[in-house]
Amino acid sequence: MSLQVKITKKLANFSLDVDFTVESREILAVLGASGSGKSMLLKCIAGVETPDTGCIVLDDRVLFDSSRKINLLPQERRVGLLFQNYALFPNMTVYQNIYHSVRKGRYSGPEQERLINGIMDTLQLTKIRNNSVMRISGGEMQRTALARILVNDAELMMLDEPLSALDEHLKFSLEMELKEIIGNFGKSVLFVTHDRDQAHRLGDRIALVNDGLIEKIAPVREIFMHPDTVEGARITGVKNIAAATVKNGIVEVPRWGLSFDLCRIAGSDGWSEKDIHYIGIRMNDVKLAKGKEDLSKGNIFTFKIADVLSNVFSYTVKLYNPDVSDPLPFYWQISKDLWEPEHRNIVELYLRDSIVMPLK
Amino acid sequence: MDLYPLYNSLRIALISTVLIFFMGIGTAYYVARMPKAIKGILDVLLTVPLVLPPTVVGYLLLRFLGPHRLVGAFFFENFDIRLTMTWWSTIFATVVVAFPLMYRTTRGAFESFDRNVENAARTLGLSGSFIFWRIRIPCCKAGIIAGLVLAFARALGEYGATSMISGYTPGITATISTTVYNLWRTNNDDLAYKWVLLNLLISALVLVFLNLFEERRRKS
Repeated sequence: MSLQVKITKKLANFSLDVDFTVESREILAVLGASGSGKSMLLKCIAGVETPDTGCIVLDDRVLFDSSRKINLLPQERRVGLLFQNYALFPNMTVYQNIYHSVRKGRYSGPEQERLINGIMDTLQLTKIRNNSVMRISGGEMQRTALARILVNDAELMMLDEPLSALDEHLKFSLEMELKEIIGNFGKSVLFVTHDRDQAHRLGDRIALVNDGLIEKIAPVREIFMHPDTVEGARITGVKNIAAATVKNGIVEVPRWGLSFDLCRIAGSDGWSEKDIHYIGIRMNDVKLAKGKEDLSKGNIFTFKIADVLSNVFSYTVKLYNPDVSDPLPFYWQISKDLWEPEHRNIVELYLRDSIVMPLK
Repeated sequence: MDLYPLYNSLRIALISTVLIFFMGIGTAYYVARMPKAIKGILDVLLTVPLVLPPTVVGYLLLRFLGPHRLVGAFFFENFDIRLTMTWWSTIFATVVVAFPLMYRTTRGAFESFDRNVENAARTLGLSGSFIFWRIRIPCCKAGIIAGLVLAFARALGEYGATSMISGYTPGITATISTTVYNLWRTNNDDLAYKWVLLNLLISALVLVFLNLFEERRRKS
């Protein structure tokens, strides 16, 4: 149950050009900003849009191959797509939406009833089975849309920005629900999102997409620790990104007034001097220096405090290096139970080598 | 009072409405999917009978359907059928004049139909005809019914093109509108009033129905 995709498609401002595989039972999150071509990718796989070139293979079935002129209809692909707005049939009830999603001729009447009732039971839709889908809550809409895909015997489930149409307070519990349903699906799942936390929580691997290209595809932890590119760093939530120059094994970040030892920050990743153009540091990775730090694994730097933003449980502190003529702000986030700004105007921070991310 | 004109007008309007229903949703469906430039041109062509004087429409119809003209001659010579001056000749006029009303309201409804719903249905394996008749049409029901009612009312009241293509033959081609004109011409006010009242009643009923329907649609 694996999906192989290698396609190109010209869009208004850029071209979609991707090549990746989703393994059997794997959940792959495609993470990218709005308008990076993510939804188009799903539509091409589902068959409601046609790529310019390339091929799409699901298990042993060729869904699309431009060189062999194969282009299966969406009806023949057996690929479930959960639309952002769920796209339920508005003129039907919950039950009718699910009933019409069962493939014709695959089950006998009683088998079909059992299948529908079983899934409606699991997804807690039995009580609202006869309600119009126009009169059910967002969560119920999501479950109805998922039930349609589940009764449809789809070989692959794809989700387009799941939960993004919902209110913040609903998202939390519905994401739990969604995690359980896609976890039990038992086949490949591909979902696109611009929400890095969601990608982190739901995905096994993440593909970082920017302007139609996959910048990096790797397990979740790896993506967040080593995004490799400036865009990748931004999408995964790195707030501190600055231009760097490398000479004789020393990485200089002039506008922060910081320098690092290349061997120590790059580790065994094999970065060469000419590949590094930027440095990224997550604001929550930076720790307050207490004087007991291991200086063989990091360095202590002193910053001036420019501003302190008070979040619910943390402070976001805007810092700069007073010794630099043209300083770039450096952001640091610290939990409120660990630090209080009081009337301080300088702060000493410990930057471990492992948190410093070289970027292309 | 001979009720033939009422019967004739109603059957003409009903037959026209049925024809317009299929022509309207068919055309609206294809035009809504066309590229913008072609859509603009087709839109003008298909809507123009709405703004043309009915006599111009009647004139053009006669130019095509008359017994010595292109289409008319073909039917006359091969099948001995005259396309003009029969009760059903009026249907040509009413269809052309009322079609744009159906086409425009339906196209508006189709354009606001969520493409994703159609795409979702396709990925779930549903056929094109199921999607069209069981999902798209019911979802666009309000616009389609409004278009039908307007087309029916327009067909019922058509006079200009009708009088040219079918003339006025009592008991054969007479409709309510041509009858009223003829009664006025012959100074038969008593009877004219009765037809006028009847016509007002029918029009009012149609409009009340349309408003009730609109209201119900807004509530749902």
